[in-house]
Amino acid sequence: MSSSTMSRRTNQPRTTPKPGAKAGPSLRSSSANLSGWGFAAPFLVFFLVFLIWPLISGFYMSLTGKSLTGANESIIGFANYAEAFADAGMWRSLGNTLYFTVISTVPLVLVALVMAALLNIGLPAQWLWRLSYFAPFLLASTVVSLFFTWMYNPQLGLINDFLSKLGLPKVAWLNDPNVAMWAIVIATLWWTVGFNFLLYLAAMQNIPAQHYEAASLDGAGAWRQFFSITLPQLTPTTVMIVLLQILASLKIFDQVYQMTAGGPGGSTRPVVQYIFETGFTGYRLGYSAAISYIFFGLIVLVSIMQFVITRRRSA
Amino acid sequence: MATTTLTRPTPGAAPATAQKMRQPRKKLTVGRIAAIVVAAFIAVLWLIPFAWATVTAFKTETDASAAKISWVPPSGFTVEAFAKVFQDGNIPLWTWNSLYTSAAITAITLVISALVAYALSRIDFKGKKVLMTVIIASIIIPPPVLIIPLFYQMLALQMIDTSWAIILPQVIHPAMVFVLKKFFDQIPRELEEAAVMDGASRLRIFMQIILPLSRPILAAVAIFVFIGAWNNFLWPFISTNDGSLLTLPVGLQTIKSAYGVQYAQNMASALLAALPLILVFLFFQRQIIKGVATTGLAGT
Repeated sequence: MSSSTMSRRTNQPRTTPKPGAKAGPSLRSSSANLSGWGFAAPFLVFFLVFLIWPLISGFYMSLTGKSLTGANESIIGFANYAEAFADAGMWRSLGNTLYFTVISTVPLVLVALVMAALLNIGLPAQWLWRLSYFAPFLLASTVVSLFFTWMYNPQLGLINDFLSKLGLPKVAWLNDPNVAMWAIVIATLWWTVGFNFLLYLAAMQNIPAQHYEAASLDGAGAWRQFFSITLPQLTPTTVMIVLLQILASLKIFDQVYQMTAGGPGGSTRPVVQYIFETGFTGYRLGYSAAISYIFFGLIVLVSIMQFVITRRRSA
Repeated sequence: MATTTLTRPTPGAAPATAQKMRQPRKKLTVGRIAAIVVAAFIAVLWLIPFAWATVTAFKTETDASAAKISWVPPSGFTVEAFAKVFQDGNIPLWTWNSLYTSAAITAITLVISALVAYALSRIDFKGKKVLMTVIIASIIIPPPVLIIPLFYQMLALQMIDTSWAIILPQVIHPAMVFVLKKFFDQIPRELEEAAVMDGASRLRIFMQIILPLSRPILAAVAIFVFIGAWNNFLWPFISTNDGSLLTLPVGLQTIKSAYGVQYAQNMASALLAALPLILVFLFFQRQIIKGVATTGLAGT
C-alpha cells in the first residue's frame, strides 16, 4: 500500500501550506483516506477474518443443523434456539454460570479492596506483599487446578488435614455437589484476586495526598479517612472492577473443566463448557453455536448495563 | 497520615528515600501493627499453595501419598519427581511452544494495534468514526462465543494442528487498540510538525517519533497480552491435537490424566510450568505491575 502515496501527502508541511499544495495531514483528503486505511489494514484483516467473520458465520451456523460430521447444512431457522430454550441442560449450565458469577464477584472485589487498603497504609517491604498477593495471577489455570486439586484431595489434602486438626469434619471438596462450586470460587479467588488488587492499589495511589493531610488536620483517624476519603474516591474504580469481574466470571471455564470437569453430577458445569461439549463431543455445531449466541446475548445485556451505569456516573 | 507515604509509582530510588524521610512520623500504633498482622496473615494464606506444592514436589511418591500429612517428609527431600518429569515429560517442549506462540502473538498484536491506533489518533480519514465504533463495540465479544465458528474456519483454512491456529485468532485485542490510541492522543502534535516540514512520511513519523515516545505503553500492552497468551487454555486446547504443538497449559492438562495419582510428579510439573513467568515477574516487577494496572484500568 504504497509508501509513495503516504509520503506524497505528508511532504507538505501542515503549518505553512504552499499555494496549491495538497491538504496537510490533519485535513481530510484522498491521500489521508489512503494512509488512514493503510495503517488500519493489517489490523482490519485479522479483525475481519478472526473476529467478525466467525461472529457472522457462527450466527449463520446457529440457524442450521450443521454437525462436525457434515450432516444437514440446510437452514432450519430458529429451531436450534427453540430447542435450547427448552433444554434443561442449557438452563442448568447458565444457572451454574450465574451462580458462580454472583458468589465469586463479592469476595473477588472485597478481598482485593482489603489487600490494597492494607498495603496503602505503607507497610515495609512493599514488593514482598505485592508479590505474594499478585503472583498467583501469573499462573496458568492448569497450574492452579493442579495445586488446588491436590489441596482439596479428600484423604491426602492439606485443607482436610487442617480441618481435622481443628476437630472439624472432612469435606469432599470437589465431590460434593453442594460444596464443589464454592471450592472453585476459593481457587479462583486465590488465583485472580491479585489483578483487582493491583487496580485498586493503583487507584488508591492516585488519590491526592492533600485530601488526607487536610483530613488529619481536622483530626480524622485512619478509619474515618478510609471511609470518608478513600472509599468515595474509589467509587468509579469499584464500579469498573465489579463490572469487569462480572464479565470475567461469566466466561468461567478453565478451572472448572480442569478441577471437576463440570461435576459432580453437572453441578459446576458452566455454559462455556456446555457450548464446548455440544459442539465437540456431541458434534452438533449448529446447536452449539445457538447456545453461544444465547450466552452472547447475556453478555451484551450485562455490557449494556455497564454502559448505562458508567454513563450515568460520568454524566 | 501514614497513607500518603506510600510508594508513589515514580521510578528509581526516589520513593524509598521519601518514605525513609517520613518514616519517623509513622509510629507503630496499634492500628499499624494490626494492619501488618492482617496483611501477613493474607500473605501466608496466599503463599501456602506454592509452599505445599513445592514441598510435595520434593517428596518421594510414597511420602507424597502417605495418609499422614508431612511438611518434612520422613524419607527426606529428593529431586526424583523433577528428574522423572524431565525424563518422560515434555515440559521443555511445551515451554518452548508457549514461549514462541506467546511471543508471536504479542509481536503481531503490538504491530497491528499500534498501526491502527495511530491512524485513529492522528489521521483524519473517511470512515474513521465508523471504524472506531466497530472496534470499541467489538470489545464486548467474549472469545468463548467464537470457539465453534473459529474452529470450523480453521478447519476450512487447513490451519488446525499448526501453530498458526493457536497464534492468529489471539492477536486481536480491541481494548488494547483503544489504550494505545488514548496514549497517542496525548503526544503533542508539534513534535510531528517538524518532521512533516522535513518531508517525512507518515510511516516514518510513526516509527521514529511516535513509537519511541510510546515505549511505556507499548511495554504495558506487551506484558498484558503476553501474560494472557501464555496462560490461555481454551483456544489452544481446542485448536491443537498434535502433541508436538501443545502449549504449557494444554500439555499440563494431559499430564494430569496420564500421571493420575503421581502427586509429587504433578506438583513438580506444575512448578516447572509456573517458574518462567514467576522469574520474569521477579525481574520486571515494577513494569508488570504498572503494565497490568494501566492497561487493566484503561482497557475499559
